Amino acid sequence: MSWAEAETTEEAPPEGEAIELAGARLLLDAAGALFWPAQDMLIVADLHLEKGSAFAVRGIPLPPYDSRATLALLAGIVARRRPRVVLFLGDSLHDRGAGVRLGDVERGMLADISRGRDMVWVAGNHDPDPVPQLGGMHLPELRLGPLTFRHEPTGGDAQGEVAGHFHPVARLVRRGRGIRRRCFASDGRRLVMPALGAYAGGLNIRDAALAGLFAGPYAAHLIGATRTYRIAHHACLPDR
Amino acid sequence: MSTDAVLSPDDLLPETFLRWFAARGWAPRAHQLDLLAKARAGRSTLLIAPTGAGKTLAGFLPTLVELARPANRPRGLHTLYISPLKALAVDVARNLERPAAEMGLPVRIETRTGDTPASRRQRQRRDPPDILLTTPEQIALLLASADAPFLFGTLQRIVLDELHALSGSKRGDLLSLGLARLRTLAPEVQTVGLSATVADPERLRRWLVPQTGAGEMGDVVIAPPGAAPDLSMLDSAAYVPWAGHTARHSLAEIYALIGRHRTTLVFVNTRMQAELLFQELWRINEETYPIALHHGSLDVSQRRRVEAAMSEGRLKAVVCTSSLDLGIDWGDVDLVVNVGAPKGSSRLMQRIGRANHRLDEPSRAVLVPANRFEVLECRAALEAVRASAQDGAIERAGALDVLAQHVLGMACAAPFDADNLYREVVSAEPYAGLSRADFDDVVAFNATGGYALRAYERFARIRQRKDGLWRVASPQVAQQYRMNVGTIVEATMLKVRLASEKSRYGGRILGEVEEYFVETMSPGDTFVFAGEVLEYRAIVEDEVRVVRTAAKDPKVPSYDGGKFPLSTFLAAGVRAMLADPTRWKALPAQVREWLDIQRLRSRLPGREDLLVESFPRAGRHYLVAYPFEGRLAHQTLGMLLTRRLERARLRPLGFVANDYAIAVYGLSDLSLAIAQDRLSLDDLFDADMLGDDLEDWLAEAALMKRTFRQCAVIAGLIERRFPGKEKSGRQVTMSTDLIYDVLRQHEPGHVLLRAARADAATGLLDIRRLSDMLTRIRGRIDHIALGRVSPLAVPVMLEIGREMVAGEAADALLAEAEDDLVREAMGELG
Repeated sequence: MSWAEAETTEEAPPEGEAIELAGARLLLDAAGALFWPAQDMLIVADLHLEKGSAFAVRGIPLPPYDSRATLALLAGIVARRRPRVVLFLGDSLHDRGAGVRLGDVERGMLADISRGRDMVWVAGNHDPDPVPQLGGMHLPELRLGPLTFRHEPTGGDAQGEVAGHFHPVARLVRRGRGIRRRCFASDGRRLVMPALGAYAGGLNIRDAALAGLFAGPYAAHLIGATRTYRIAHHACLPDR
Repeated sequence: MSTDAVLSPDDLLPETFLRWFAARGWAPRAHQLDLLAKARAGRSTLLIAPTGAGKTLAGFLPTLVELARPANRPRGLHTLYISPLKALAVDVARNLERPAAEMGLPVRIETRTGDTPASRRQRQRRDPPDILLTTPEQIALLLASADAPFLFGTLQRIVLDELHALSGSKRGDLLSLGLARLRTLAPEVQTVGLSATVADPERLRRWLVPQTGAGEMGDVVIAPPGAAPDLSMLDSAAYVPWAGHTARHSLAEIYALIGRHRTTLVFVNTRMQAELLFQELWRINEETYPIALHHGSLDVSQRRRVEAAMSEGRLKAVVCTSSLDLGIDWGDVDLVVNVGAPKGSSRLMQRIGRANHRLDEPSRAVLVPANRFEVLECRAALEAVRASAQDGAIERAGALDVLAQHVLGMACAAPFDADNLYREVVSAEPYAGLSRADFDDVVAFNATGGYALRAYERFARIRQRKDGLWRVASPQVAQQYRMNVGTIVEATMLKVRLASEKSRYGGRILGEVEEYFVETMSPGDTFVFAGEVLEYRAIVEDEVRVVRTAAKDPKVPSYDGGKFPLSTFLAAGVRAMLADPTRWKALPAQVREWLDIQRLRSRLPGREDLLVESFPRAGRHYLVAYPFEGRLAHQTLGMLLTRRLERARLRPLGFVANDYAIAVYGLSDLSLAIAQDRLSLDDLFDADMLGDDLEDWLAEAALMKRTFRQCAVIAGLIERRFPGKEKSGRQVTMSTDLIYDVLRQHEPGHVLLRAARADAATGLLDIRRLSDMLTRIRGRIDHIALGRVSPLAVPVMLEIGREMVAGEAADALLAEAEDDLVREAMGELG
C-alpha cells in the first residue's frame, strides 16, 4: 500500500457540510466560510487585511498582495452563495493603520462584494473601532435567533456562540505524512471559525487556549480542496 | 622574474626556514617551492594536492617568509585565511603557530569565528593581527562594517582552504562576492586556493582572479598524487539483499575488518544509517572495542568528545557521516570502510583520503555494497577511483538570494554606487554572467521588496540619495543584516531530550532533529537516535521528549534519508557496465546471476536508451523505468508521470523511486493501453512535462516551499525565526508557505521565486538532471511488456511501502482518516 491509494470518497454535497448549532442549520463552505441559509447570511472571520503592509512598516517587505488574495477568495464565495448579508467576525483589518493603507484596487473589490447586500463588521481586538473606509455597519457583537456572533469566544458555556480569533488549524499524520489544514472547530454548542486571511496563519486546535473552549468532545472540520473533512479532536495531533 | 625558471630552495627560502626544515629532517616539497615562486611573481594560484601533501604549509609559506622581514612592510592585516569549517580554522591556526614559534618569527596569528569573544573581535578591528583565520560568514560581517577599508587595505594574500568544497554552493557564492570586495579594497592582493583533485580546475582558477568577460584564470600548481589507494569491494559470502541500505548481511565482515586494523572510519551516507549500523555493531561487539558514533545531529559536546578520543587514538572505530568528510586530521586511521553506495567518485576519494595521512603509503579502503544495485555502483566507483576520474561539477550561476544579502551588506558598509557595485559583482566567477537587469531587481528587492505593485516606497530599507548613492534607511536595517548574515539555513531544529518519569523538566539532551521529521510522527512512534531506540512522547516548546524503549524495530523508518543522489558520472558508469556483459566477470556470482535472468526474462537497459517495463502483479499494473538519474530527479519524474497518467484516465495509484529506477502503479492495464495506442510512452516521457505540469505541481510541492523559505531567509525577506518574538503564550504561527502561495499567484516572476526555481533545478527537485535525461532519451524508449515482475524491477518494488513519498494527495489521506473514524464509530455501535 502507498499513500496515494486511498479511494476518493463520494463528492460532498455542493452546498457544503451541514452542522447544527443550537438548533440552527449551518453549512460549512470549503473555502473557509459559514453559510446560514435561514438568514441568507455569509459569515467569515479574521481577514487580517493589510497584514503584509503592516510587516513592511516594520522593515519586512512581505509581498503586498495578501489583501487582494483574501478579497478575491471572499468575492468567489459571495458569487457562489449570493448572500443577503456578509458578516465579518472581527480582525478584518490587521491593525489601526490598515484602513488607510488599503489600496484602490482592494477598496474596489470590497465595493463589488458589498453591492446589493449588507455588510456587518463585528469588532475584533485588531480592529476595535469602526473603520470609515469599510462602510456598512459596525457592531461589538451580534445576536440573531439562537446564535451569538462575536470575535473572541467567551469562557464557559456559550450555547450558540460563533466566534473567530483563534485561527484554528488541525494536524494529522497519515502514512508518514503530516497534514496541517485550517479548520472549523465545534462541539455542537460553540463554533470557532477558521481565519480567511491569506497571511492569517493558525493555532493548533489541541493548543490549551483552543481546547479549553470545549468541555467535552469536539470535532475539527478540515478544509480540503473541494470539501471539508470531519475529524474528531482526539484524532488530531498537537503541534508543540 | 619568470615563474618558469627553476628556483632552488636557497633562492626562495630564508636561512631561518632552511634550518627549520633541516632540523626536522624535512626538505621543502616541490609544490611548496612552486607556490613561493608564484607569490614572488605576484601570481594568484590554485594548488591541487592530495591530503597529507603539506597543502596548508604550502599556502602559508610565502606569507611566513614575507613576515619574517618585518622591516619592509606596513603594519596591519597581511594574510586572510578562509575555511569552510571554523574547527578547521582553529586547527590550522594551531598548526601554524608551531613553526612560527620555532623559527621565532614576529608574527601574530589569530582566529575569528562565531565563538570568538566580543572583546577580542572589537580589538581585532582596531589592531588586526598579521594573519587572521576565519570563515566566509565572518568575512561578510567584517566587509559590511565601516572599518572594512582600514582593516583590509593592507591585505597582501588570501588563502582559501578546501576551495572545492566551497565553490559551487551558496556559501561559495557569498565568499566569491566578499572576495570581489576584498580585491576592491586591496587591489594588489594575491589569492591562493587550496583544493583536492577536481574535475574542472579551470573553474576554480577563474574563481581566484577578477573576471572581466575573458575567462581570466589564476595559475595552477599540481602536487604529485600520493600512492594509489588500496581499494577493494567486500565480496560478501552472505546473500546480497535486493534492496535496503543497512548492509546487515556484511556486519560480521565489517566487524572483522575493524578487529584487524588500528583505527577504522566507517562512512555511511545518512545519519539514519549511521545510527543503525552503530547499533548493530555494538550488538555483536564481543571484544567490546571502543566504537563511537559521529554525525551532525548529535549534541556538539558529544561530537567533540568523540573527536578528542579519536585524535588521542583511544577509539577502534567511528561510524560517521559526511560530518567527518572534510579537513581536520583525525590521527592514525589505517582503514576506511564505506558502507552503502558511494554515490559519487569525488566524495569517495575524499573519504579514502581520510585513511593514512602519509603520502607515500597507500590509503586502504573497502567498499561495502548494501544491495545488488549498489554492487554495480561500487564497482563503477572502484574503476573511477582507479582511473582518478572525478564527478563533473554541476553548472550553476551565483544565487540571486545570496546576492541580495551581499548588496544589503555593502549598503551597510557605506553608501554605494549601483554601477560600481555591479562591476564589482560581475568580477566574481559565479556572477560573471549576471545581467544588469537581474542586479537591478536585487537592488530593488532590498529597497522595497521589488514588487511590481509599488506599495512600499514609504517603508524602503535602502534609499537612493540625491547624489545617486544607495544608503541604508536606518541603523535597524544594518542590525537586521547582521542578524541574518550567512547562507546556511538550518531546518528548524528541535532538541531531543530524554523525558524523565520523575521530573517534568526531563533528562539529558541527546541531540537535534529537523522539525519536519517530527511532523511525521505520532506519540508512541519509535525511531533510532543517538544509538538508541526511542519512543516519541511529546513536543514541549522546542524539545522533543522521548523515552528509551526496548522495541527492536523502530517504526518510523528514516530521517534525512539518502542525502546524496547518484552522480551523473557514476550513473553513466553503471549503465555502461550493465550494457556490457563481458564486464560482469568482476561482479559477485549472485549479482551476475541476477543480471543473466534479467536478460532472459526481459532486457538490459542500454547505454543510451531508457528501458521501460510494464507488467501486472497482484491485481495492479506496474510501469518501471530505469533512468539511473538519482532519487531526487526520479521523485520529481514520478510526480509528473502520475499527473499525466491521471489525466489520461489510466488511474495511477502511486509511485516509488530509488536512485536507479522508478515504478508507477495503478489499476489500469498499462501494457494493454500501450498496445492499443491509448498510451504513448514517447508522449508520456516527453520533455514538455517540464512546462505546465511542473508549474502546477510546484505550486503545491512541499519541497518547493522549503526551497523558497531558504531563499527568503537568505535574501533577508524574513528573519531566521519567522515571525520570531512577536507573540507569547498562544502562538498563531504564520508560515512562509502562505507568502509563497500569495507571491506565486500574484507575481510569479518575482526575483525570489526566480531564485527558488534556480535552486529547484539543481537542488531537492533536481529538475536540470531530469530535463537532461528526457532530452537524451527522446525517441529512444525501449518498452517491453512482461507477464510478471522482472529481476531488475524487484529492488524498486521492494521500496513500495517502505519509503514514504511526499505527494500532493493530502485530500485522499484526509478522506481516509475521516472514513477510519466513521468505521470506528460504526464498529462501536455493532
